[in-house]
Amino acid sequence: MDPYVPLPYRVLATRKDTPDVVTLDLAPVGDSIPEPQPGQFTMLYVFGVGEAPISVSGAPVDGNPLVQTVRAVGAVSNAITRLRPGQEIGVRGPYGTAWPVESATGHDILFVAGGLGLAPLRPAIRHVLSNRDRYGRVSLLYGTRGPEDMLYRDELAEWRRMLDVEIEVTVDHADRTWRGTVGVVTKLIPRADFDPERTTAMVCGPEVMMRFSVLALQVAGLPFERTFLSLERAMKCGLGLCGRCQFGAHFVCQEGAVISYDRIAHIFTVREI
Amino acid sequence: MESLERIILEQTLFAGLDPDIAQLVTGCARNLHFEPGAYLFHEGEDAKEFYLIRHGEVVLEITAPGRRTLVLSTIKDGEVVGASWLIPPYRWNSDARARGHVRALGFNAECLRRKCDEDARVGYEMTKRFMPMMVNRLQAAYLQLLDVYGRPEGS
Repeated sequence: MDPYVPLPYRVLATRKDTPDVVTLDLAPVGDSIPEPQPGQFTMLYVFGVGEAPISVSGAPVDGNPLVQTVRAVGAVSNAITRLRPGQEIGVRGPYGTAWPVESATGHDILFVAGGLGLAPLRPAIRHVLSNRDRYGRVSLLYGTRGPEDMLYRDELAEWRRMLDVEIEVTVDHADRTWRGTVGVVTKLIPRADFDPERTTAMVCGPEVMMRFSVLALQVAGLPFERTFLSLERAMKCGLGLCGRCQFGAHFVCQEGAVISYDRIAHIFTVREI
Repeated sequence: MESLERIILEQTLFAGLDPDIAQLVTGCARNLHFEPGAYLFHEGEDAKEFYLIRHGEVVLEITAPGRRTLVLSTIKDGEVVGASWLIPPYRWNSDARARGHVRALGFNAECLRRKCDEDARVGYEMTKRFMPMMVNRLQAAYLQLLDVYGRPEGS
């Protein structure tokens, strides 16, 4: 099968998470892509418009659809967010590396999400919560710009009701009507309950937010090799061939998007790369 | 006084403080309780006392005419409300309001500043303990200003 040929999927449902973020439920028209692992991405193709790499937010298992959350920032993503139930879209993949949910078995798990970064983390969070007895303490620290920018509100509320999971949400900007925490997400890290000796951290969000997060995690005593990030680069082929996503010596579409920080710490803040 | 000293030493901010310095710091401290909605201080007032939250939540707010009151930050257990007591002209630059019941340690700023001046060891300990907190807050302010979750440029 030609790896560049997308498989047709039908839009089952769409949900508007925020004014410019939409979550789509997709089902294959015929053949389906292999089951994505938490953290992997697909290439979504709007026929006649173009293709964009989008993280998988929900795997198509146990009768569930393939879930992808998209922010309208360019021509393709704008077109994706305008799709309606019944319309078709091309899907190829899944590509890239996965969050280390297996190797982290027995560890405390610290999820740090910023903005849309909750979307790529969602499958890993669901995996950990579905296998709760295999992990130690579990914390999700989630920061957004404002209360209106929060993703998956119903699911966050559901996770909050679980007694053995720490869910902390903060917003950068708010007025007095917001009853929750105000401040940047990194501020939640020293407050979180985890043992740095046995913790795996999974961090996803805008790159500047991740830079500050790794600093805060370092202060908290977490080693780089147990700090995992999801990098965002301009993926094009998804196969490690075109070189568009090259980051230092790494092709993000193949060696990422999920990568341990020790592999990129020396280049993460280098402007020229 | 002895139990207040123990409470102070239990706080992360003062962990490992030499007993003689802890005694000097305790001499400037008192236990406080704030009712929900009570103000710890208002913008523009003299920074006469700063607070270490033992239990509860305090919000720092800014109000301007014609605009909604903006919340700058929420401060929780083990964290300090106010750094203006350290820096001239020793005036608060925001309001601080208790969101629920708040138990706190209050430290008389003038008393502590005097002890810092009289004994360099006290001054050094306070600097060592407050400096990381202030740098962290500065970095957090940078991150807030960067608006990292905003729409990417050109989109």
